[in-house]
Amino acid sequence: MTIARSLALQQVTLGYAERTVVDSLDLALPPGAITAVVGANACGKSTLLRAMARLLPPRTGRVLLDGKDVHRLPTKDVARTLGLLPQSPVAPEGIVVGDLVARGRSPHQGLLSRWSTTDDRAVATALELTGTAALADRAVDELSGGQRQRVWIAMALAQQTDILLLDEPTTFLDLTHQVEVLDLLTDLNRRRGTTIAMVLHDLNLAARYADHLVAVAGGRVHASGDPREVLTVDLVEAVFGLRSQVVPDPVSGRPMVLPIGRHHTGGGVEPRAQEQAQHQGREEVQAAR
Amino acid sequence: MSAAVADPAAVAEVARGRVRRAARRRATSAGLALLVVAAYAVSLMVGQTFYAPGEVWHVVVGDVVPGASFTVGELRLPRASLAVLAGASFGLAGLTFQTLLRNPLASPDVIGISSGASAAAVVGIVVLSLSQAAVSLLAVTAALATSLLIYVLSFRDGVVGSRLILIGIGIAAMLESVVSYLLMRSAAWEVQTAMRWLTGSLNGATWATVAPVGLAAAVAAPVLLWRSRDLDLMQLGEDAATALGVRTERTRVVVIVAAVALIAFATAAAGPIAFVAFLSGPIAARLVGPGGSLMVPAAMVGALLVLLADLAGQYAFGTRYPVGVVTGVLGAPYLIHLLIRSNRSGGSL
Repeated sequence: MTIARSLALQQVTLGYAERTVVDSLDLALPPGAITAVVGANACGKSTLLRAMARLLPPRTGRVLLDGKDVHRLPTKDVARTLGLLPQSPVAPEGIVVGDLVARGRSPHQGLLSRWSTTDDRAVATALELTGTAALADRAVDELSGGQRQRVWIAMALAQQTDILLLDEPTTFLDLTHQVEVLDLLTDLNRRRGTTIAMVLHDLNLAARYADHLVAVAGGRVHASGDPREVLTVDLVEAVFGLRSQVVPDPVSGRPMVLPIGRHHTGGGVEPRAQEQAQHQGREEVQAAR
Repeated sequence: MSAAVADPAAVAEVARGRVRRAARRRATSAGLALLVVAAYAVSLMVGQTFYAPGEVWHVVVGDVVPGASFTVGELRLPRASLAVLAGASFGLAGLTFQTLLRNPLASPDVIGISSGASAAAVVGIVVLSLSQAAVSLLAVTAALATSLLIYVLSFRDGVVGSRLILIGIGIAAMLESVVSYLLMRSAAWEVQTAMRWLTGSLNGATWATVAPVGLAAAVAAPVLLWRSRDLDLMQLGEDAATALGVRTERTRVVVIVAAVALIAFATAAAGPIAFVAFLSGPIAARLVGPGGSLMVPAAMVGALLVLLADLAGQYAFGTRYPVGVVTGVLGAPYLIHLLIRSNRSGGSL
């Protein structure tokens, strides 16, 4: 088990060029827990994660890692504590999986220090955890989207940081791989005590896997806390502008959001199903004639 | 997905794969080094008079050998040394730019930085009659200014590789026309000089022209090697590199200044030898394979290209061609190949 580290945003204002995305916001990641950041498109959730990962210096306010301003700490020291899976990393042409994952070790190496058994062990563990050991000699550009995502996660794992930030780790993955990746992150959290924060699109997966849910709307934290307490019909309405029902998920007992659209009014049988039933009935009658 | 710590067999497998790939890279690098040494030796031996390896060796260690002392010591040795130094400088600088901008087209000889150095060198030598050292400094200043100009012109909410490349090609064309204009206007017009500044040539290499290139390489090459790991990480994208502890802004400035210095000093001495910067990195990548740093292999490929192209230009044809004509013939098809490939893969440069 690792020591639980703290990462917090203190009164940060974030933006790009003239546009302010986030205005004096406070947010602390609970140490040793899995935090999921959710919100509508362009609500500032990725911006928040970028600020936590020190990729975007705040205009005002501070990003604190163990109580110290992250932008004043040596960047390599930060890289040994704080890992990130960016949204769209680029694999150099032709690089093989083993070499790419090995690059996760770079913050642990000095200019002259040699590759050590510790490094090999970290790479082997990362490959094994992500189920990519068999791919070690394959070129990354030959892999499928799901495999590639697992390889990138392996690189972040090889970095062996106590905090891991992930920007939409499940995008472009089919449902099976989404669950696989989230299970893997849960393993990491439960076994090593890694503090995890990720931006997730899927509310239901976020509710199921997160210990701590942060709902962002319009650049502010609308609500945060245990998803079982936070995730309500009102929250979904306020954050996503979506009418819904929230029921317990029969598999995990966590809240599950059932969206209500224009065609599904949320009262018993849906109109479309009725139409279909009538249509089918007519066909049967015709067939009988 | 069972163990939190990998078992020894898996660790050993990871180590084996790493050692195997490193061994391949080392073997190719050693082969390249041997080829460079061999081509260098041949350049010293052959010419109008052939000198045996023994005679050449005596000259190299400083003994006086009638005839050979002048021909080898004063003509061939500086020429071959300039070939190695300029080639290695172009190779390193080309690879640096291509890696940094993640585009094989973004080499300094394609995007006008070499042309900037070349135009300044022509002004310095033909118009102002400056010394070699002053010419080198002027070339460095002009090359840095050209890089800055290209950067500023292509900046709009960040720099996009393809826009920078197109603007660079435009700048290169403008600066090359400046070179032609100055050469046409100057009283000192002669074909040799003209060729040197238009395509690059090793004719007229003396120790005085070689020394600044050697000095620049001795300073700038270690800087690039020192930053090569950071540069490799920056290939993963800005965000990933930062997450892995790279100071991307600082690394970018340091390597660009070092690469531009290499280009400028080499160009001030040998002219913008066509396509060496453009070709060395991709050839090195093909030979050595992905995964490790390509810096040293690219430098060796650059040196080898210039040595071999100069040998071919001097002795393979009826007429003696400057080295840049030969490398130009080699580079042009690759440029066309890249353009066709990028056109097929969606039209972006």
